[in-house]
Amino acid sequence: MAIYGLWVINKAGGLVYQRNFAEGLAQLTSNEYLVLAGTLHGIHAITSRLSPMGSSSGAQVIEGETFKITILLTVTGTKFVLLTSLAETVADAVLQRVYDAYADSVMKNPFHTPEMPIRSEGFDSKITALIGTGQA
Amino acid sequence: MAYAQPHPRLSVLSSSSQSSAEHLSPSTSSTRFSLPSAPSVHSTLVTGKPGQRPNIYDRNLNRTRVAEVSASAFAFLFSEVVQYTQKRVSGINDLERRLNTLGYRIGTRVLELTAWRAESASKTPKREIRFLPALMSIHTQVWKAVFGKSADAIEKSVENADEYMIIDNDPPIERYISVPRDMSQLSCSSFTAGIVEAVLDGLGFPARVTAHNTPNSQHPSRTTILIKLEKSVLDREELLNQKQ
Repeated sequence: MAIYGLWVINKAGGLVYQRNFAEGLAQLTSNEYLVLAGTLHGIHAITSRLSPMGSSSGAQVIEGETFKITILLTVTGTKFVLLTSLAETVADAVLQRVYDAYADSVMKNPFHTPEMPIRSEGFDSKITALIGTGQA
Repeated sequence: MAYAQPHPRLSVLSSSSQSSAEHLSPSTSSTRFSLPSAPSVHSTLVTGKPGQRPNIYDRNLNRTRVAEVSASAFAFLFSEVVQYTQKRVSGINDLERRLNTLGYRIGTRVLELTAWRAESASKTPKREIRFLPALMSIHTQVWKAVFGKSADAIEKSVENADEYMIIDNDPPIERYISVPRDMSQLSCSSFTAGIVEAVLDGLGFPARVTAHNTPNSQHPSRTTILIKLEKSVLDREELLNQKQ
């Protein structure tokens, strides 16, 4: 069980926060992360239109053989994405707590510009307290 | 001593000669911030359904239990206050001065309210004329009225006789604020400093009050409110000491 990484994607598909917590992810450049986040944003937009049962909020979990991507879409269109191992069971709860921290330390911070990359010590330390620094 | 015009701090919108004051004057900003004509507060509350909560101005001043406001709502409001102010100033000092001015306007009202709450029930109402009891009442009563808790410590400067400090380990107004590195001297508690300055002024202890970040390992947002008293206050304290 491990939490590998956390992304926050703004409503336009831009990656505004990215952090790795455990070994096991390929080392990527920040540009590659931006491309991946934009791709995920596009995939998510497609999945939200695939439902045969009317409107859908889009993909919530994407599983591979060795990993799981859990996506939390907020009502404002911001997406919180958690990359975990398959066995991880707390991803949904963790994402909800990340959303809490985001509402407190990012949106209430006068020095944050909406839709721009998150540079807030308060958010960093809350995420550290929530998920850990590196070894999960 | 008579003021030719209102004290600049009592009116943020007054067109004083301060560098950035023109941005706040109603004549230049009225178009940008004009609101659609909303029904007045008074009429909506009076014509509302029976059993609705009374107008805020009709409420009992002494009932504090239900007078609390949402900390989140305040955090968002204060965040907007800081952003609004930051767009209209030229530097950190200017920003702190402006926050101080806004706090001052609250402090004058807080003093009146806390004095009323503390003394109206008393059979022998009195007013603080000595500095240390006044400082203690700011530390506890004013802090409780504004933040819902008392401050954490009072200190006296060892170097300067005219300097006192009120210390708050976790100021509620800064709880969600992360100041960027390039503005690290900025303390948003300048707002609190303004409140303290107004209360001291109102009690007859003119002083300059500033806010400073003094983090330690346990309390990363620990803040010191530094009070630098005017000489007249120290002189009077000395006279009162001699009389006893």
